[in-house]
Amino acid sequence: MLIKRRSFIKASGLASASLLMPRFLHAFDADEKLPPGNKVLVVLQLNGGNDGLNTVIPYRNDIYYKSRPGIGISKEKAIHLTDDAGLHPSLSFLGQLFAEGELSILNNVGYPEPDRSHFRSMDIWQSASGAKEYLETGWLGRFLDEQCKDCEHSTQAIEIDDMLSLALKGKTKNGFAFKDPRKMYQAGRSPLLQDFLNAHDLEHAEHTVSYLYKTLADTKRSTAYIYEHSQQLTTGLYPNHELGRNLKTIASLILSDINTQVYYVSIGSFDTHVGQDAQQSRLFKQINEALEAFVTDLKKNHRFEDVLIMSFSEFGRRVAQNASRGTDHGSANNMFFISGGLKQKGLLNELDDLTSLKLGDLQYKVDFRRVYATVLENWLKVKAEPILGNAFEPLRFV
Amino acid sequence: MILVRKQDLLKVSQTALQHLAWRAGFGPAAADLPQIRKVKSADFRKQFLQESFKEPADLKAVDNPFAGMTLAEISKKLKDAGEEDKKELRNFHQEGIKKLNRLWIKEMISSKAQLREKMAFFWHDHFACRTGNAMHLQQYLQVIRKHALGKFPDLLMQVSKSAAMLNYLNASSNRKNQPNENFAREVMELFTVGKGNYSEEDIKEAARAFTGWNATYPGDFVFKEGQHDTGSKRIFGRAGNFTGEDVLNLLVEQKATARFLTEKIYRFFVNEVIDEKIVTSLSNEFYASGYDIGKLMQTIFSSDWFYKKENIGNRIKSPIELWVGISRQLPMEFGNQDAAMSFQRIMGQVLFNPPNVAGWPSGTAWIDSSSLMYRLQLPRILSAGTDFTVTPKADDDVQMGKAVKPAKGLTAQIRWPLFFQAFSGVENKDAGKAVSTFLLQTETAPSPVMLDKYSKLNSRESLLSSRTILLMQSPEYQLC
Repeated sequence: MLIKRRSFIKASGLASASLLMPRFLHAFDADEKLPPGNKVLVVLQLNGGNDGLNTVIPYRNDIYYKSRPGIGISKEKAIHLTDDAGLHPSLSFLGQLFAEGELSILNNVGYPEPDRSHFRSMDIWQSASGAKEYLETGWLGRFLDEQCKDCEHSTQAIEIDDMLSLALKGKTKNGFAFKDPRKMYQAGRSPLLQDFLNAHDLEHAEHTVSYLYKTLADTKRSTAYIYEHSQQLTTGLYPNHELGRNLKTIASLILSDINTQVYYVSIGSFDTHVGQDAQQSRLFKQINEALEAFVTDLKKNHRFEDVLIMSFSEFGRRVAQNASRGTDHGSANNMFFISGGLKQKGLLNELDDLTSLKLGDLQYKVDFRRVYATVLENWLKVKAEPILGNAFEPLRFV
Repeated sequence: MILVRKQDLLKVSQTALQHLAWRAGFGPAAADLPQIRKVKSADFRKQFLQESFKEPADLKAVDNPFAGMTLAEISKKLKDAGEEDKKELRNFHQEGIKKLNRLWIKEMISSKAQLREKMAFFWHDHFACRTGNAMHLQQYLQVIRKHALGKFPDLLMQVSKSAAMLNYLNASSNRKNQPNENFAREVMELFTVGKGNYSEEDIKEAARAFTGWNATYPGDFVFKEGQHDTGSKRIFGRAGNFTGEDVLNLLVEQKATARFLTEKIYRFFVNEVIDEKIVTSLSNEFYASGYDIGKLMQTIFSSDWFYKKENIGNRIKSPIELWVGISRQLPMEFGNQDAAMSFQRIMGQVLFNPPNVAGWPSGTAWIDSSSLMYRLQLPRILSAGTDFTVTPKADDDVQMGKAVKPAKGLTAQIRWPLFFQAFSGVENKDAGKAVSTFLLQTETAPSPVMLDKYSKLNSRESLLSSRTILLMQSPEYQLC
């Protein structure tokens, strides 16, 4: 059963705290709240370049095993998805989701002229630029610019991290980043900051300094707003590691009636040049546990239909293994979509073509900006073109 | 009777001299304060600038580990290297790059040649590049520091031929019959004429001219004749058997290059909003002088308009400017030698690690909720020893598969006696005001009531120190 926020506030004694902060309550009028039923996007960023070929294993392909004599995953070990493909053994819960039509996989996602530097390729994915284009804003930041022209605050998109990623930086609006809502709330409550704000006359200054004061005021308001909503009770049993804690924070916010539409969280490092199996398995285990708790929680609270979890990494890895039982930087990769509201299920396209490599790397077939266009148009219900700069044909998975 | 123009008065106010120090350098040092406060010392400007025109000493972080070996011997050694050797070499470069970062930060803080270091910082952003080779980086840094105030054509030529840039923009894969256009594109779009002033055809042809340009592992430029396309190329409407050098010369012949650079310099040193008339005139002079950078900067800093109200206190300090500025105003030392690096990583501006070849963002792009909160808390972390943990963003180009760790160790030993000494000529009743004037360039300042509430008034020393830390935590201090 859904706990109504108002009754929860009363029960938890936060009501009295709210009365002391009429300003922020005023700032979040009822029409800015997000009613249940509205769609939420959770982006899961895999830092370091996850090896897609040992994530979705083409276990009927001889080239795969020939290229990876030391690290190839056998059909017996892999979790069965289809006759041609299996999942990494540490992703058992994702295997269940796949069987139930709640995980779809898109193969061969990338962009033309792929860059093999982690930083630059991540830059490209986060800003949704071409390989020869340099943008100072991110695709979700520009979503905020478009979507949030009149909102006073920056809680429409939240990153669970100490610092904000380029992905959530817009031209006029920014997402909001924090790791621990309580710590952030306490920092925001500093009387010094309040006195700085009280002493500054926002109305009259048409100066850069006003921009700073506005950001500060907004931060203060948002930290209180977020903290209050983050107290919502979650029902899952979350694993005690960073991703587990972060997804628990996200769940508590989703289950409240906060206005947030986008959450951003990352895990790594997937940069497996040496001894890949142990490292990838350890990280996958964390992802698997954390997602199991998260999805179970959402299902219990009837919100799984409204939440889409999307995973990506800055690039995939070389098809052939290297001499250290690892893999080097590659190009195209797969993306996962997890939701109770998928329109297209299973494998969304054909597996990677291991016969036509370019310098040992996969050649992408789907531009990642088509995925962004899909999510923006079909899930978040906004026009993608002004955000992505060009028209990219949406897919149909949501 | 001597007539003093109002503008001249503006130019010699304390705030105006500090404006010069913030823009032509990384802010006024505590030790400069007595001189700055003697507002009449108009030759502060001359003094402040002149040190920068001397040849700089190398910043040396690493020695060539292959010194004395031939290129063939080096490549054999690299080829035969086992896992351990490779690891050791990686470590050599990583530590070297960190050391170079520390050396340059130290130079920015303590060098008398403030304009040169600021200008080199500008050129590092302009000629943004990354490499994992410490020797290449060291050499690249020397080029941009040495030519920072020289003639732009020399700077462009030297940077273009530096191993760091050649490797960053894929020179080695630019060969006759299979050109790689990366360098040709960026040199036009980002380094010289700017977008809209070249065609795709110009890039294709220029890439052919640059074929054969390469660098050795220790970092020497080499021209591989066998890989060079000697055929005729057509660039900017002119045909010839152009070489790479010819193309760079053709690029600086274009007036668009002078305009592009002047506009960028104006935005960085004066105001993000362009004054069309001023920039046009500066650009014409710059072109006519054969791209004399030092002369252009002198013109800017001796003009009246540079000291106008609208150009003062409106620039958001980039993380490097904030860090170096604090360190200059408030002398301090760190127990942890990686403190400056930690700060750079948290704030997303690590020297030698620009986000891409277009360099760092600027202005309000530095400010979001978390970065602002962190900036405002920084002075307290430095002074009070209340270190808190923030985990920087992952940088997998450097981490080599390891997990990203929280940044720690930002607590500093502040040299308060040195700071107090800077205020020795100030009467007790004026001390609070003197701190505000020294630290803030903005017209507005936190109210006196608020300042008194948070300042310790029991002694001169505690007033000076508490007021300083307080003002450094203000939003106004983020601007210069």
